[in-house]
Amino acid sequence: MRTLILAALLAGLVTACERTPELEVTAGVTISPTVLHRGNGTEPDSLDPHKSEGTSTSSIQRDLFDGLVNTAPDGSLEPGAAASWEVSDDRMTYLFRLQPDGRWSNGDPVTAQDFVFSFRRAADPATLSNYSQILAPILNAEAVIRGEMPPESLAVEALDERTLRFRLKGPTPYFLELLTHSMTYPVHRPSVDEHGSRFARPGALISNGAYLLDEWVVQSHVKLVKNPLYREADKVRIETVYFYPIESPATELQRYRAGELDWTETVPHQQLNWIRQNLPEQLHIAPYLGSYFLGFNVLRPPFANQPGLRRALSMVIDRRILTEKVTGGGEMPAYSYIPELPDYEQQVPEWASWPMVERVEKARQLYEEAGYGPANSLVMELRYNTSENHRRICLAIAAMWKQTLGVQTRLLNEEFKVFLENRTQKIVTEAFRAGWIGDFRDPYSFMEILYSTHGMNDTGYAGARVDDLIAASATEPDPATRLRMLADAERSMLEDQPIIPLFFYVSRKMVKPWVKGWQPNLLDYHPSRHIFIDVDLMDGQ
Amino acid sequence: MLNYAFKRFLGAWPTLLILIALAFFMIRAAPGGPFDSERHLPPEIEANLRAAYHLDEPLIQQFGRYLVGLTQGDFGPSFQYKDYTVTELIMTGFPVSLRLGGLAMLLAVVVGVSAGSLAALRQNSRTDHAVMSVSMTGISIPNFVMAPLLILLFAVYLGWLPAGGLGNGSAANLVLPVISLALPQIAYISRLTRGSMIEVLRSNFIRTARAKGLPERVVILRHALKPALLPVVSYLGPATAGVITGSVVIEQIFGVPGLGRYFVQGALNRDYTLVMGVVVFFGVLIVVFNLIVDLVYALLDPRVKY
Repeated sequence: MRTLILAALLAGLVTACERTPELEVTAGVTISPTVLHRGNGTEPDSLDPHKSEGTSTSSIQRDLFDGLVNTAPDGSLEPGAAASWEVSDDRMTYLFRLQPDGRWSNGDPVTAQDFVFSFRRAADPATLSNYSQILAPILNAEAVIRGEMPPESLAVEALDERTLRFRLKGPTPYFLELLTHSMTYPVHRPSVDEHGSRFARPGALISNGAYLLDEWVVQSHVKLVKNPLYREADKVRIETVYFYPIESPATELQRYRAGELDWTETVPHQQLNWIRQNLPEQLHIAPYLGSYFLGFNVLRPPFANQPGLRRALSMVIDRRILTEKVTGGGEMPAYSYIPELPDYEQQVPEWASWPMVERVEKARQLYEEAGYGPANSLVMELRYNTSENHRRICLAIAAMWKQTLGVQTRLLNEEFKVFLENRTQKIVTEAFRAGWIGDFRDPYSFMEILYSTHGMNDTGYAGARVDDLIAASATEPDPATRLRMLADAERSMLEDQPIIPLFFYVSRKMVKPWVKGWQPNLLDYHPSRHIFIDVDLMDGQ
Repeated sequence: MLNYAFKRFLGAWPTLLILIALAFFMIRAAPGGPFDSERHLPPEIEANLRAAYHLDEPLIQQFGRYLVGLTQGDFGPSFQYKDYTVTELIMTGFPVSLRLGGLAMLLAVVVGVSAGSLAALRQNSRTDHAVMSVSMTGISIPNFVMAPLLILLFAVYLGWLPAGGLGNGSAANLVLPVISLALPQIAYISRLTRGSMIEVLRSNFIRTARAKGLPERVVILRHALKPALLPVVSYLGPATAGVITGSVVIEQIFGVPGLGRYFVQGALNRDYTLVMGVVVFFGVLIVVFNLIVDLVYALLDPRVKY
């Protein structure tokens, strides 16, 4: 009897195993030339383009939705749902002509009214978006976001079925690039009306991109299939795309090596050396639109009113050692805050090219001028959010400070949310680690957070000249002059040194040799519609 | 017995209420909130979000609202996974964790009890030493070390088994996670079984059974095993509840979409409703499993009467 029960129990458990949703792809080496397996970092928070944030989500949304403007494999802009556009001479009005054959996945035409509805929805506070402030360049957007004006007052109008007009608050050279952001993607009004906040789920979601949402098993995968109604469907070669949320880079690498992924979201730091030796041709390290730095709370001692002291601390940090020996992930040493951008002149301070001995000498002088010395060394706290990488970086910096200036640094690691709260409140925090990823390839995306009243200015820095320049750049119609203003603002800010730039981020990926059409780019955007798989190379594996 | 079960059932409610209250106020006491991120929100937007999720109400009112929701089986919306409710997340994660955990516990009990009994019967022999040293190793090596090693060997080098994910739900995808989950349990159960079996084998009623000439097989299986399993059973209650609600380590390493990750991620994200949902769910399971253990006691030990 007991054996019977046991057998029944076993049988039950085994059949339970077989009842999971069927996928035609088993894990292992069964890879088909029309199926793409992408490692995708974290679980998407939402597939509703107006509510989501985070890179893992937007990678999926880039396949599902076509914004007005798309990106090519190298990251340059190309027409998306809009076939062409005109910009007025004062650069404050944009006119978009939609693709004549643009369709939703249920066959409805994509109209200018759809875009009007979507932009209003994105800005409407009732949508509960946490990214709506990115729409601020559009006229009246800020008032709509704050709830002071109705969504209808947003300056986005449909002139006819296929013509869309935007009026902007000021000349915004990065406006086209902004239109690749998920906040600007169109949503299908009838299905939003029908399903409400649950419209972005399999079975309900109607989208206009190259792929359709087929399956979403939370924490397991998101499966997309090719949209046969997509206007360029004949050019889309991958039929099925799997996105796997894999948080641990080590796990991701193992699954990649076992042949279960075509590319990884990132690469574990600790195994870079092994990869460089064993799979060098599959490793792709490329500049990424992000800056890693230390910030000072300039509102409290010991760093209030001490630009010289702050500069001294910056001068003695050897960025080469930091990026080569400590992080070792291909990061680029940074002496300026804004990463390399098209047409923008990087603002590297003069001392960056001095030999280290000279830098230390000058730093000691500044350190003494600030009232510190061997007998009276600076005692400070440096906070970072708990992470092995941040710990190593902060430890190395503290050692450099101690060795050159005799600074005594107490390292404090805090759980992420605690760290953020302390950093924002600017009361207990003295110095902190920070990083900033730009939303678009323009220096403004970086400079804005150092504007005195900006919500993300965690240093408390208020530079009158910097504020003036940033404000003036927002209304400057000439792009070259505007970039110069922002460059001046950056240089002026760096002279005050409320932050210490350390390095620029890079994207790190493993990509299988048979994946073609993939190119590294600054934004790390890789829409699946550009990708194809070279079967001959696959056979060789 | 029924009477006892009913009494325990009634007693469980205050326990759960205390648990809910503690968890609710503790997670709220943690610094930071669900809407804090590296890129913080403009104050108007944050105020708007807080109002939409009723976070602007006094805490006690929020607690009342939560309790009312619970009585209707509503765990609320997740802050982090905006397209899903907490109930949906638990209901998709739990079957996966239950399947993995159930298989792992089954494996652990079968292997652990057999190995432990074997060791006890051959006390101080080579078999005993071998079983005990293997089990000591099993306890000492944490599964975040063991699991990647297993993957490296069986998935990357040998290519016999998948490295992660549930794939099409085939048995192959379950082998490594189940073994990794079961290993520490096997080790623990075998040690427990050995210890208590040795003690039981020395007791008077075993000597009596042997003295009246029963064959050794009957002595062991009918007389010794049952009382020897008592400590194992009391361990199994909470352990099973723990294992079938998922292991964050195993789920992360194998990419298994179970319940365990929600525990940790919910707490890190300050996803109040998700954390509460998982805590309540886990609390109910613990209470239920402890009750089952007590009832099984009565079946195993003739001295226990309710």
